[in-house]
Amino acid sequence: MILKNARLVDGSVVDLRIENGVIAEIGTALVKAGTLIDLEKNLLIPGLVDLHTHLREPGREDSETVATASAAAVTGGYTALSAMANTFPVADTAGVVEQVFRLGQEAGLCDVFPIGAVTQGLNGIALAELGAMANSIARVRMFSDDGKCVADPLLMRRALEYVKSFNGIIAQHAQDPRLTVNAQMNEGIVSGKLGLTGWPAVAEEAIIARDILLAEHVGSRLHICHLTTAGGVELVRAAKARGIKVTAEVTPHHLLLTDELVVGYDPVYKVNPPLRTAQDVEALRTGLADGTIDIVATDHAPHPTEDKDCEWQVAAFGMLGLETALSVVVSAMIDTKMMDWAKLVDRMSIAPAKIAGYSAQGQRIAVGSAANLAVIDTSAVWQVDRNRLASKSRNTPFHQMNLSAVVKRTFFNGLQVFNDGEVLNRGGK
Amino acid sequence: MDRHLLSINDLTRAEAFGILNTAHELAIISDGTLKKLPTLRGRTVVNLFFEDSTRTRISFESAAKRLSADVINFSAKGSSVSKGESLKDTAQTLQAMGADAVIIRHGASGAAQRLADSGWIQASVINAGDGTHEHPTQALLDAYTIRNSFPEYTDSFEGLRVAIVGDILHSRVARSNVLLLKKLGAQVTLLAPPTLLPVGVDSWGVETSYQFDEVIPKVDVVMMLRVQSERMLDSFFPSEREYSRSFGLDSRRLDLLPPRSIVMHPGPMNRGLEISAESADSHKSVVLAQVANGVLIRMAVLYQLLGGQTLGDISSVQPITQVANK
Repeated sequence: MILKNARLVDGSVVDLRIENGVIAEIGTALVKAGTLIDLEKNLLIPGLVDLHTHLREPGREDSETVATASAAAVTGGYTALSAMANTFPVADTAGVVEQVFRLGQEAGLCDVFPIGAVTQGLNGIALAELGAMANSIARVRMFSDDGKCVADPLLMRRALEYVKSFNGIIAQHAQDPRLTVNAQMNEGIVSGKLGLTGWPAVAEEAIIARDILLAEHVGSRLHICHLTTAGGVELVRAAKARGIKVTAEVTPHHLLLTDELVVGYDPVYKVNPPLRTAQDVEALRTGLADGTIDIVATDHAPHPTEDKDCEWQVAAFGMLGLETALSVVVSAMIDTKMMDWAKLVDRMSIAPAKIAGYSAQGQRIAVGSAANLAVIDTSAVWQVDRNRLASKSRNTPFHQMNLSAVVKRTFFNGLQVFNDGEVLNRGGK
Repeated sequence: MDRHLLSINDLTRAEAFGILNTAHELAIISDGTLKKLPTLRGRTVVNLFFEDSTRTRISFESAAKRLSADVINFSAKGSSVSKGESLKDTAQTLQAMGADAVIIRHGASGAAQRLADSGWIQASVINAGDGTHEHPTQALLDAYTIRNSFPEYTDSFEGLRVAIVGDILHSRVARSNVLLLKKLGAQVTLLAPPTLLPVGVDSWGVETSYQFDEVIPKVDVVMMLRVQSERMLDSFFPSEREYSRSFGLDSRRLDLLPPRSIVMHPGPMNRGLEISAESADSHKSVVLAQVANGVLIRMAVLYQLLGGQTLGDISSVQPITQVANK
């Protein structure tokens, strides 16, 4: 297969020959018999890699399945997902992670890498069988109790130490449970006016600070999930300056939305961690641009309509992310001239693949790299319509917003899996 | 005024005074021969109470009945939070029953606004208290009560000094009162232990203080809030006694109040905790007037939301002159 007229992030326009799922040749005016796709000088980038996805299967197939999440992923330009462990049953055994891994292969649209639970049933009390999950066919390296914080400092220390033997990494959902009892939204001016129980920044920052010190003490790798506060950015920046092995992610929605949106009590804006202030958004953008925050991760969290069509307090936490992530990051970071496309590719593809050790993902566009690719019309603008999503759920906070950049095509292992609004069913394995 | 009354923010200063004036006219009429007005005959008003509050429900019920509306009491306590029947299903049921107005009391902040904004129901929505957010008719009846005690503030509260004392953090009464009193021009001081003041209170445009004794000689109105003893278990304060010593209105503090000042409480009172029996029963206390005025204010709100009439129209229903003879 020949991809003609691909524009790369350095501005050059090239042709690529794809063979056996690998980029076999890069040049100009490549001619060969077989499929030829003209990319019309749209931008060609490595497929995006998400380290934080809620696929809901097994257990909540009413909101999303591995197959529908995979379809949403390729629609958004992603070629790899990381399935969070908070399913029913919890992904805390080799059996469950292998099931999720196989479901991903059956869907066949992108890589689905399971994340294992740190503790049994996310109970925060006893370690799950981390070694068994690491040695399973899913080869789990990243572990997280996401949705819940590993709050017990001793247990967190043990987890950080234990995964060193297979170069694992603990991804912490930083939320002190005592400081966030019944918390509903960012604690600040808006929560005070709305009479909603506040979720203070310190509840996140206290855990980040503690875990940075633990990671330093035991010499292990720590990943901070969905950083949301200016103070958290400062803590990670200082830790990196001291050489501590900490990485951090930010979600697209925390780069664009603020707690002012909660004023109408619409639960589509209810998310954990909560939307913060404009000052926090500014600090997160700066942190992502300067590399303090390593990656963007979606925290794609599908929920059925009835879980959002209710009072704020009883609504579920979470927002969709996969299909809008790239465009939201472009709007927040590139349209504002804080980042260029090369940096975006690093934060959304190369760096996440490196953190999680996904060797065939996040590779630069070069001969020999796996052909996991996305084609982007960087000048187009589109309007998000929650009724036209590949995801099974509708809980996007970006409904009817105009966003920059449109994903035109996605290639997974050399096969086109998405073309101009349509997911191409390849049948999977 | 909008179709709904969800927050004091829904009212302009003129509209707020308009409600107080309507209540005043209704008071004059109610004292006359005619107890009941025909204004809302044939209209259905639903009291949708997800929380127990006999006082507020009775107040709204009697207001609606005095305007000749049909009243349905729908007690849905706990049904939403326990995931039995959702707010949406309840709302759609009321819509099917043909409710013209829904008066909602709910434990969740924002529930009234959800009901109004969701498209589940066409009726006017009146917030009768949502979680720790707002209770606008309480603030209106408090303002009405204040005005009755201080006729010099009939057209503006500029110069009036009000202290609100107690659990500001969890109080919908305090939030609505701060918004309304400021809108009308009053100067507001919030008194509470720091644990019971919300983060961001410095943006509310009010004074805050932890020293009751310093503030009390300088206020015209002292509004005491109910303190839930459960707050003690969450360490908002160490003990009831300590709270009472620092923020209770006892007889010593009652004596520190300026001569013309009044004592208010939205009820129900914890006698001996935030207010002593002497203070509650003193000649300065207007607690019972608040209760009586509650019906008038709720009549005025229903009248304006459902009747859509101005003051002039009241005269056509019941000539003011007839009452003036009394």
